[in-house]
Amino acid sequence: MKLTLRVWRQKNADAEGAMSTYEVDNISSDMSFLEMLDTLNEELILRGEDPVAFDHDCREGICGACSLVINGDAHGPERTTTCQLHMRSFKDGDTIDIEPWRAAAFPVIKDLVVDRSAFDRIIQAGGYITAPTGSAPEAHATPVPKPDADLAFEHAECIGCGACVAACPNGAAMLFTSAKVNHLNVLPQGAPERETRVLDMVAQMDEEGFGGCTLTGECATACPKGIPLVSITGMNKEWLRATRKVKR
Amino acid sequence: MARTVWDSSVGKKTVMAVSGLIMLSYLVVHMLGNLKIFFGSDEFNGYAHWLRTIGEPFMHYEWTLWLVRIVLVVAVIAHGVSAYQLSRRDIKARPSKYVHKKPRASYATRTMRWGGIILALFIVWHILDLTTGTVHSGGFQEGRPYQNVVDTFSTWYGNTIYIVAVLAVGMHIRHGFWSAAQTLGAGSRARDRALKAVANVLALVLTCGFLAVPVGVMTGVVS
Repeated sequence: MKLTLRVWRQKNADAEGAMSTYEVDNISSDMSFLEMLDTLNEELILRGEDPVAFDHDCREGICGACSLVINGDAHGPERTTTCQLHMRSFKDGDTIDIEPWRAAAFPVIKDLVVDRSAFDRIIQAGGYITAPTGSAPEAHATPVPKPDADLAFEHAECIGCGACVAACPNGAAMLFTSAKVNHLNVLPQGAPERETRVLDMVAQMDEEGFGGCTLTGECATACPKGIPLVSITGMNKEWLRATRKVKR
Repeated sequence: MARTVWDSSVGKKTVMAVSGLIMLSYLVVHMLGNLKIFFGSDEFNGYAHWLRTIGEPFMHYEWTLWLVRIVLVVAVIAHGVSAYQLSRRDIKARPSKYVHKKPRASYATRTMRWGGIILALFIVWHILDLTTGTVHSGGFQEGRPYQNVVDTFSTWYGNTIYIVAVLAVGMHIRHGFWSAAQTLGAGSRARDRALKAVANVLALVLTCGFLAVPVGVMTGVVS
């Protein structure tokens, strides 16, 4: 396959960025999208140019490091992570636009790499449980009803990639935060911090400069792990409940 | 608690949901009341007079009406201020646009902000036209709403402004009602289709109900 790539190039956080056009040839349809970018970078290095910086780690679709907006879609046209997107989703001769996540809370560091530490601070605000650590407890010590376990697991699938923020026209982190809140709030292990968790995480989310939810549903469409939009409804419910219960 | 709600984006959205639902329930009653125009001048004018005497003798003349007006003004202001502040936050949170643009979300969803502005302007015109009579075409007569309505919808601009606003309100409710349910935590997977259906039915019924009056005047059914 021969492709034309239009890639966002930006030297550093303070520099002005722009789209640059590159041609790549001999791309196999079995390559992953990141392998295609590796091919481009090898050529750039051989030509003595600066390779395109992009985030990646496990390349198995489970770490949440990769983060590209491909032709206007977070993680590209398939419902998966960029690393699990294959070039068979494109045609020979295609022009592909590659941009970084766009949100005020996710500033660009270089090229396609953005700073997602705002997510870490939301987790620090309440995305944990105060449990004694050490060896794993006996699995049946704390009974969890099956529907609750399923719900928690569905939300635990969130890998924190930030596609929801990238897709949201308001740069909101509602889907990410709600995945964490629902995951922990539904479980008995998360019960002691049920109220403070949702209040603190939502407050941190606001403080990081993420936008609010206008229920466009773009986040849930973009989510590679299929976190549903109703997750946000669940967090709203938890938040309202906590506001009534906790005197601040 | 009030502070927590107002300072949070989730809380402010709750204010929008509650104030929106208050206005929506008013609109349902307003639309039903409007339809009395098809029963003739006496019944419609009599209905308008009754609105001022609700609650008597406990309430004084027009007290109930003013109570409703106050609640509505508070709802409009709360809705508008939180919409403005939330929109400012949203726009700030996404300063740079994508180069590769794609059509996003439904038309009703994308037009919530402009639709809201159109509706706010319409409310001002609507009150000046048919409540105070300040900008009314022809001689505005206090206590003769039937004639006033016919006058308004006998002008091309009266019809245009009204029809645009009614279509805007229909769109606004279509996304707004369902959104309010999500914001208040009332939505769920099982209920989602039902909520969307209720939103669509509400939007359609209100649009048609409100449009019936200008169409009635234009076709000569009401004159």
